[in-house]
Amino acid sequence: MSVATEAQYHVLAVDDSLIDRKLIERLLKTSSYQVTTVESGNKALEFLGLHDEQRESPSVSPNNEIEVNLIITDYCMPGMTGYDLLKKVKESSSLKDIPVVIMSSENVPSRINRCLEEGAEEFFLKPVQLSDMKRLRPHILKGKMKEPQQQQQQQNNKNKNLNNNSNNNNSKNNNIKLQAATKEKPLMKGYLKKEQGLDSLMAIV
Amino acid sequence: MQGVASVTRAPFPPAHALTASFRLPCSRRRCSPQTLRFPPLEGYLDEQFHQLEELQDDVSPNFVEEVVTLFFRDSSRLIGTIEQALQKHPQDFHRLRTHVERLKGSSCSIGALKVKSECTLLGEYCDEGNMDRCLRSFQKVKREHAILRQKLEAYFQLLRQVGPTEKASGSGN
Repeated sequence: MSVATEAQYHVLAVDDSLIDRKLIERLLKTSSYQVTTVESGNKALEFLGLHDEQRESPSVSPNNEIEVNLIITDYCMPGMTGYDLLKKVKESSSLKDIPVVIMSSENVPSRINRCLEEGAEEFFLKPVQLSDMKRLRPHILKGKMKEPQQQQQQQNNKNKNLNNNSNNNNSKNNNIKLQAATKEKPLMKGYLKKEQGLDSLMAIV
Repeated sequence: MQGVASVTRAPFPPAHALTASFRLPCSRRRCSPQTLRFPPLEGYLDEQFHQLEELQDDVSPNFVEEVVTLFFRDSSRLIGTIEQALQKHPQDFHRLRTHVERLKGSSCSIGALKVKSECTLLGEYCDEGNMDRCLRSFQKVKREHAILRQKLEAYFQLLRQVGPTEKASGSGN
C-alpha cells in the first residue's frame, strides 16, 4: 500500500439531486479528494459552521476544525440557490477565501457571468465529467495561498468567542471533532505555511 | 477470498466471453475493448452512460447499477408528481416546468437520451402553456422511461449472468 504523496483536499459538494450527489461524489473520490455531500445551501452553511453568524465553540482547537478546500454547488436548488450560497460564502469573513465552483445543466451566459462576478472561480456545465475535476486543483491551491489571512481571522474570532463563551453547539461540535479527527492533515498545508514563514501558526498546528 | 485486486464479480465481463454484438453503444467515443455493447440499448443511452462506466472500478464495482437504481427511484417519484400536477386546474405551468427540469436533469446525468429528449419537448409545451400537448408529451416521457427501465434491467441481468470470470471463460464464442 503506497503512502499518499499528494495532499488530500476536502471538497464540499452541494446538490439537491440524489443522483448528481452520487455522481459528483464518485468523480471527486476518483480524483483523490475527500468529499462531503449535502443536499442544500442551508445544510452547506451548517456544515461550514456558519449559521446565525455563530462561530464554533472555542474549545475546538484549529487542529480539529473541519477544513473545506473547495465548494462545488449546483445552481438550481429549491430555497437557497447556488448563487445565494455563493454570496453568503463570499460575504463571510471566515469563508470568503474558499473557492466556489458552480454547476448547472443550463448554459445561460447571464447566469454564468453573474456567478463569476460574485466570485465563483468557475462554472461547470452538467453533466460534470472526470476531466472537469482536473480544473479544481488550481483553484484549491490559490485558495490555500490566501489561507493564512483566513486562519488569522478565524483565530481572532475564536479569541473573541473565548470571552463570550456559548455552549449551544457543544454536542454538535463533539460530532465535528470526531469527524475531523479521522481526517488526514494535508501535507501540503504544512509545507505552504513553512514556506510563508508563518511560525506562529505552525506553533498552533 | 482475499486480495486487493480480486472481486467476486467482474464489473465488465472479458470481451471473449461475450458474443460480438454484446457491447454497449457509445455514440461519440470509440469504445474500449472492455465496454459492453447491448443492441437493445442502442440509441437509448449517450456518452454520459459511458462516463458512468468509466467511474466504476474495484473500489466501486457496482457504481453504474447503483446510479441507475437511484435514477429510477427518483424519476418514478418525479413522474408521479408530474402526473398529479397535470391534473390540477388551473395549471401552474411554472411549477410543472420545475418538476420536468428535475426529471430532465436526472436523465441527463445517466445519459438517458430519449427520456431527456421527451422531457425537453414537455418543457417547451409547459412554456407555451399548452395543456393538450403537455399531456401527450408526458405520455411519451412515461413510455420512454418504462422502455429504458426494461432494457437496463435486462442489461444488468445479463451482466450478472456472464459476470464471474470462471463462468465467462467457459462460455467462449
